[in-house]
Amino acid sequence: MATALLTLTLAACASTEASTDDGSAAGSGGEEVTLSLVAYSTPQAAYEKIIAAFQETEAGQDVKFEQSYGASGDQSRAVEAGLPADFVMFSLEPDMTRLVDAGMVDASWSSDENKGVITNSVVALVTRKGNPEGVQGWDDLTKKGVEVITPNPFSSGGARWNLMAGYGAQLEDGKSEADGEQYLADLLANVPVQDESARASLQTFSGGKGDVLISYENEAIFAQQNGEDLDYVVPDSTILIENPAAVTSTTKHPKEAKAFLDFVRGEEAQKIFAENGYRPVLDGADTAGQDFPEPAGLFTIADLGGWDEVLATFFDEENGVVTEIERNLGVSTEK
Amino acid sequence: MSLLPGATPAPPTAPRRRPLHGKGQAIGLGFVVLYLSVIVLIPLAAVVATSQENGLAGFWKAVTTPEASSTLKLTIGASFLVAVINCLMGTMIAWLLVRDRLPGRGFFDALIDLPFALPTIVAGLALLTVYGTDSPLGLDIAYSRLAVVVALLFVTLPFVVRTVQPVLLELDREMEQAAASLGAGPATIFFRIILPNILPAMAAGTALSFARAVSEFGSTVLISGNLPFKTQVASVHIFNQLENDNVAGAAAVATVLLVVALVMLVALDVLQRWGARRG
Amino acid sequence: MASPGVLVKPAVRGLALLYLTFLLVIPVGLIFWRTFENGLAPVIDGLTTQATIHAFQLTAVIAFWAVLANTVFGVVAALLLVRYDFRGKRVLNALIDLPLAVSPVIVGLSLILVYGRTTGIGQALAGIGINIIFSIPGMVMATIFVSIPLVVRAVAPVLEEIGDDQEQAARTLGAGPVQTFRRITLPSIRGALAYGVVLAAARSLGEYGAVAVVSGRLVGRTQTVTLLVQERYLNFDQETAYACALLLVVTAVLALGVSRLLAPKEIKR
Repeated sequence: MATALLTLTLAACASTEASTDDGSAAGSGGEEVTLSLVAYSTPQAAYEKIIAAFQETEAGQDVKFEQSYGASGDQSRAVEAGLPADFVMFSLEPDMTRLVDAGMVDASWSSDENKGVITNSVVALVTRKGNPEGVQGWDDLTKKGVEVITPNPFSSGGARWNLMAGYGAQLEDGKSEADGEQYLADLLANVPVQDESARASLQTFSGGKGDVLISYENEAIFAQQNGEDLDYVVPDSTILIENPAAVTSTTKHPKEAKAFLDFVRGEEAQKIFAENGYRPVLDGADTAGQDFPEPAGLFTIADLGGWDEVLATFFDEENGVVTEIERNLGVSTEK
Repeated sequence: MSLLPGATPAPPTAPRRRPLHGKGQAIGLGFVVLYLSVIVLIPLAAVVATSQENGLAGFWKAVTTPEASSTLKLTIGASFLVAVINCLMGTMIAWLLVRDRLPGRGFFDALIDLPFALPTIVAGLALLTVYGTDSPLGLDIAYSRLAVVVALLFVTLPFVVRTVQPVLLELDREMEQAAASLGAGPATIFFRIILPNILPAMAAGTALSFARAVSEFGSTVLISGNLPFKTQVASVHIFNQLENDNVAGAAAVATVLLVVALVMLVALDVLQRWGARRG
Repeated sequence: MASPGVLVKPAVRGLALLYLTFLLVIPVGLIFWRTFENGLAPVIDGLTTQATIHAFQLTAVIAFWAVLANTVFGVVAALLLVRYDFRGKRVLNALIDLPLAVSPVIVGLSLILVYGRTTGIGQALAGIGINIIFSIPGMVMATIFVSIPLVVRAVAPVLEEIGDDQEQAARTLGAGPVQTFRRITLPSIRGALAYGVVLAAARSLGEYGAVAVVSGRLVGRTQTVTLLVQERYLNFDQETAYACALLLVVTAVLALGVSRLLAPKEIKR
């Protein structure tokens, strides 16, 4: 038995060196390079295809990839703690800023024409197939008796997109900031479950809980593509979700990593992103037949003051607006 | 009453404890201490040190925010309740598995360890399916504090059972038979002969289940709904603090949980000694 | 005196069975049902992808080392705690159970704080080619961390119960400590040791949180079965998720069966 286990150990060690399921082509004369891609969880399916496409090109011929996917915040912190990474992509900017502050990503990462963003999405309202509740917009979510699913904004960085979309939509409709804050309070009062991440809340909703789910358009499309019976509505006013990516300053293969980043910004990769439900950032990119409605009241986080200000105003753990709302809700519902 | 009042029936062998001397024992102790230090103590010390990053004032503040207090109260309260339930039910189940002649108890025996082997997400899902909105049994207790307790009971099920079971198995039946032949009833036999012998194991298992309940994360989140101030456990709060780059705050709450667990462990150790002495 | 006594036994039996059925049998049964809901084919598919096979190999390796380490530790610690008195013994006793009270995220964090690539120790070790965090050694350490008490707590009560008469006798007859251990102590705790090892193994197989944090989640490299289950489930691949979870469960049950076979004859009833 001991020998069997020892053999297993050796086999596992050997396979950890060799295995990465990327179907890489053998290089012709070039030296093989392995790039480490660290990203948040939802673009996994897209990247698997993009990497394969990249390896068909001349620049990507001798490049192998090691991939890691997980919650955006977790991944960002892992890189900060020393997880080797050549190319990183997160679901929101603060996770990138963390690495800039740690000296792992150059501050110039956002100096290109798209400010470092490589895909977009929008916050959408996900309903059961056929939209039986007739959800059209944000106001339907604060009606009495409606159960809204959205993740916990304090455990999921990405969940903050949802709340800021709701808040910003109120401002976009001409309401005041106080009205917007009241809206958030009414909204959160209708939330029976606060999962720890966006994907977990999607699972909760798919599992039968709740009347409407606040999520991202690309998540809804992904769920539909995987056979879930869901529909989604892009409200007239909603926020543009911007996903940043960058090459790290700690990379040992800057040339290849930069080549990959350029590829990701290019036509072929942007089309693959579209196929997976993301809105391309490249002007005139092929949207692969997806229907990406343009909401009349589309705004960005910059319109709300940028992430730094939003985090401080709304999500500060002592006196943020959302913190206060949660506390009041807790006090009123706590026995 | 045939058994002399106050007489402690002697356990099979009086526990003789020798002082440590000699190379072998010293090496053994050194190994144990080194092992614990490298894997547990030094890392935990680093966590405690991190919690002091903002000084004691910062520590206190992190631990007394409304969110932190609420989750700590829920976690410690629920874990305590779960520990008590486990003490009772775990012993009963161990009894069932060892002393009962029930056919099919092998089936249950095989299942007891499963909560250990299940990834927390699967445990959470299984519980949610049975006790959630679409429950085939019609039992909808999800998204409540009861759900937190149920999830904790699930993950801590094996502890008391598995610590008491081997002791029950090893128990020398002669004394019980002797007592019975002297006219002692089953209750007396249980409380004066069996219980003192399994009390250390019960205490150990209860301590383990409390400690485990306090730290549980995955399976509670799914079934509890994770509502702040209502069903959010401390480990989720710790996770949230980390997400917000408040490592010191997370470490502070973690330290409180450690201290509480340590107190509980020591209390059970004292209880076990007292029980063993009393007979 | 007989009447109330007669009721106790079926009451205990009934209550225990009811508890087990609702808390354990039904939820676990559901996992079986969910796994095979769509037939055998998706289960086989899910279990035979390269990612799954690698995850199982990796999990087996990690569990092997973690259980081995904790078994050695467990036996030594149990002997020390039960047979000897020494200063700090009560502290040691309490400290051994402490790891269970640590939230999995903190387990990972604590290891990173000490052995991470940005710490003194981490860099020193990296200098001689040993990477702990985001690599297998770190995952083994995290797994050891969460299952430290299990073997100790399984063996110690039995050691206490059987007493050291025979060991003393062997000593007076001139046997050395190693001999005494091998020929007297070890056989007598074999059953309990097997139980402890199975517990530790099952726990090592099922750990998610702590391993997730220190693993770096490298697909095909540091992805254990539990990490795979989580990832597959969140990607709407429920079949693979449940199939892998089921296999873990079946492995634990088989291990338990083996440990019962190893128990000394007198214990089996």
